[in-house]
Amino acid sequence: MARVVVDVMPKPEILDPQGKAVQGALPRLGFTGVTDVRQGKRFELELDGEITDERIAEVRRMAQTLLSNPVIEDFSVSVL
Amino acid sequence: MKIGVVTFPGSLDDADAVRAVRHAGAEAVSLWHGDGDLRGVDAVVLPGGFSYGDYLRCGAIARFAPVMAEVIDAAGRGMPVLGICNGFQILCESHLLPGALIRNDHRKFGCLDQRLRIENNRTAWTSQYDEGAEITIVLKNGEGSFVADAETLDRLEGEGRVVARYLGNPNGSLRDIAGVTNEAGNVVGLMPHPEHAIEDLCGPGVDGIGFFTSVLHALV
Repeated sequence: MARVVVDVMPKPEILDPQGKAVQGALPRLGFTGVTDVRQGKRFELELDGEITDERIAEVRRMAQTLLSNPVIEDFSVSVL
Repeated sequence: MKIGVVTFPGSLDDADAVRAVRHAGAEAVSLWHGDGDLRGVDAVVLPGGFSYGDYLRCGAIARFAPVMAEVIDAAGRGMPVLGICNGFQILCESHLLPGALIRNDHRKFGCLDQRLRIENNRTAWTSQYDEGAEITIVLKNGEGSFVADAETLDRLEGEGRVVARYLGNPNGSLRDIAGVTNEAGNVVGLMPHPEHAIEDLCGPGVDGIGFFTSVLHALV
């Protein structure tokens, strides 16, 4: 068993209204000095067997096909 | 003339779309997301709603529904396909149309009578409008802001593939784009809802019926 994490973030040039909402809420709660917030998604995938380059390549295909929309999002894959 | 209307789990506007199809004079055929064939229809409408609860991204799960394999295949062969609201999101996720729909820039769900200008009346779904016609139909969405990179937007405008633009941008859509078409003009995605504006009794008028009568001419 191994855990692979796929982080998906809105592309820098894409407006992130949810991040803006969070950024707006922080100073109202007394948290200051936060100049930007971007909100993304984190997927934790439990894989059976060994982690190999082929398995990671397959996870990248999952990320490109379903977990992210490449038009508006970037993703990164990491092994825990 | 048979027009299919797909119901996904979470579709909301399939009944109104069926009604609009009938009102335009065509036979409406209800299609289910799990269907493996299109039951001999001549065109397909993907209706509004929240397919699969908008989980992951709007339209992202619906795009892989069994019926969508058939829709994508038929669209590639020239079958007219209209995606309204969530249907537009599904068409973008399916890569049948460029761009994506993200959360409205003002972060609120919008529900209003929206003025649009028809920019392209050469598609299968807009031929019954005059080019430049200004119409009012219903707009209701939380994630209706159309985005694409500048190169894609330039291409869409250069090729005349912007089908409709907002008069008064309601959601932050880039270049006021409310609807786009594919290169062949058979696939159209539109964020506002023409199916809610087909009768004077309810809705803001009858400006929406032209989408459904247009496709009948396209199919003759």
